[in-house]
Amino acid sequence: MSILEERLTAGTFVVTAELPAVDGGGLDAVRRHVDPLRPWVDAVNATDNTAAHAHASNVAVAIALLRLEVEPILQVVCRDKNRLALQADIMGGALHGVENVCCLTGDDVTAGDEPETRRVFDLDSPQLVQVATGLGQGRYVSGRTIEAPPHLFVGAVENPFTHPLPGRVDRAWKKARAGARFLQLQIGYHPERLGAFMVEATRSGLAARTAILPTICLLPGARGLRFMDERVPGISVPAGTIERVETSSDPREAAYDLALQQARHALDLPGVAGLHLVTFRRDDAVARLLTDLSIPPHAERLPPNAHSPALVHP
Amino acid sequence: MALLETVEHAVKGPIWDCRMCGQCVLHSTGMTCPMTCPKTLRNGPCGGVREDGNCEVVPTMRCVWLKAYDRKERLPLLPSWRRHFDDLRPPVDNRLKGTSSWRNLVTGRDRETPDGWPDAAPHVAEV
Ligand code: SF4
Repeated sequence: MSILEERLTAGTFVVTAELPAVDGGGLDAVRRHVDPLRPWVDAVNATDNTAAHAHASNVAVAIALLRLEVEPILQVVCRDKNRLALQADIMGGALHGVENVCCLTGDDVTAGDEPETRRVFDLDSPQLVQVATGLGQGRYVSGRTIEAPPHLFVGAVENPFTHPLPGRVDRAWKKARAGARFLQLQIGYHPERLGAFMVEATRSGLAARTAILPTICLLPGARGLRFMDERVPGISVPAGTIERVETSSDPREAAYDLALQQARHALDLPGVAGLHLVTFRRDDAVARLLTDLSIPPHAERLPPNAHSPALVHP
Repeated sequence: MALLETVEHAVKGPIWDCRMCGQCVLHSTGMTCPMTCPKTLRNGPCGGVREDGNCEVVPTMRCVWLKAYDRKERLPLLPSWRRHFDDLRPPVDNRLKGTSSWRNLVTGRDRETPDGWPDAAPHVAEV
């Protein structure tokens, strides 16, 4: 059982983080990013060509994380590969001991720097969740049996911040029924939408069945907010929020305060099993953020957490 | 045999912008063809829907799945169709592209899934 699964099942508050995309620099580049995170986070996402830009592959980075003794979460997106290749990636990671798998649709190729690429989307994300769940149960899509199948902890992403807002919990349920045991939420700047999502997720029993981790994004300043608003699919930032950071005498600090406020708000909501952090290379800010939130390093966190009950087995 | 395909496309093309996937799910998607989604998603909208409700990929087009949600609420659909909206639809069988979904419906071919795909689970309405 992965550390992530163990802790979420026990009801321990978890913190996960996204590893910035890796290109050159070898294992040292990976080490530089994970070292400041190491005491604080339970598991780290190995991303899969984020924002439709090519980088070192998800599986290779997940294995690098294992070598550095950090627990990986293998992100798998539907954009670049057909179902054969997706199954091969999950099985390939599992061969090395990668158990956590997070399934995403993926930004379209038009969001990337090679928009002329052929998009694949042979599966969609709920289908990919189902396929990954099947692999953990010992069968490929074809029905071919896997001897000694890997133990997998399958999760997904949901975006509670975009339309159709009432349909987002339904879609998260669909992923849960397909086998998703955790959900990392999309970055978002409409706290009331996150609130409505968590209330409904708790009321409907979703939050007890799949551990929900809101995402907090640590940006270096207002430029990042504007970029998100204009360029990142599915993220809109209210003009007032951007302005507040932009017109502050210390935008870097104002961006940090925004993240802190968002995290405080998320922690006050029902059904929150942990936080997912996206640092945009502000890896040092993780220690500060968690300290300000009074969340201790992972070794000192004990179950059960005050926010969410232990994860129920489906 | 090609006649059936021609007729089906002639009827469904203009109304639903039918892409002839050969495994029609219109009844369970608020009569909105998911194959017109640029990502061909069959299980609901991606996370990239724009704030104005338009598509991540084609900014001038309303998200196909947003239309589906609206129509599911508005159209006089059979209750069973509405219930199937949140079903997990299986991956597309790419061999059926260009064939008549009408024939595939009658023969049951459109409901065949690979052995590793769980049988159409009865939809449990937990929500
Ligand atoms: S925004 Fe809607 S139509 Fe566009 S790719 Fe996403 S789900 Fe498909």
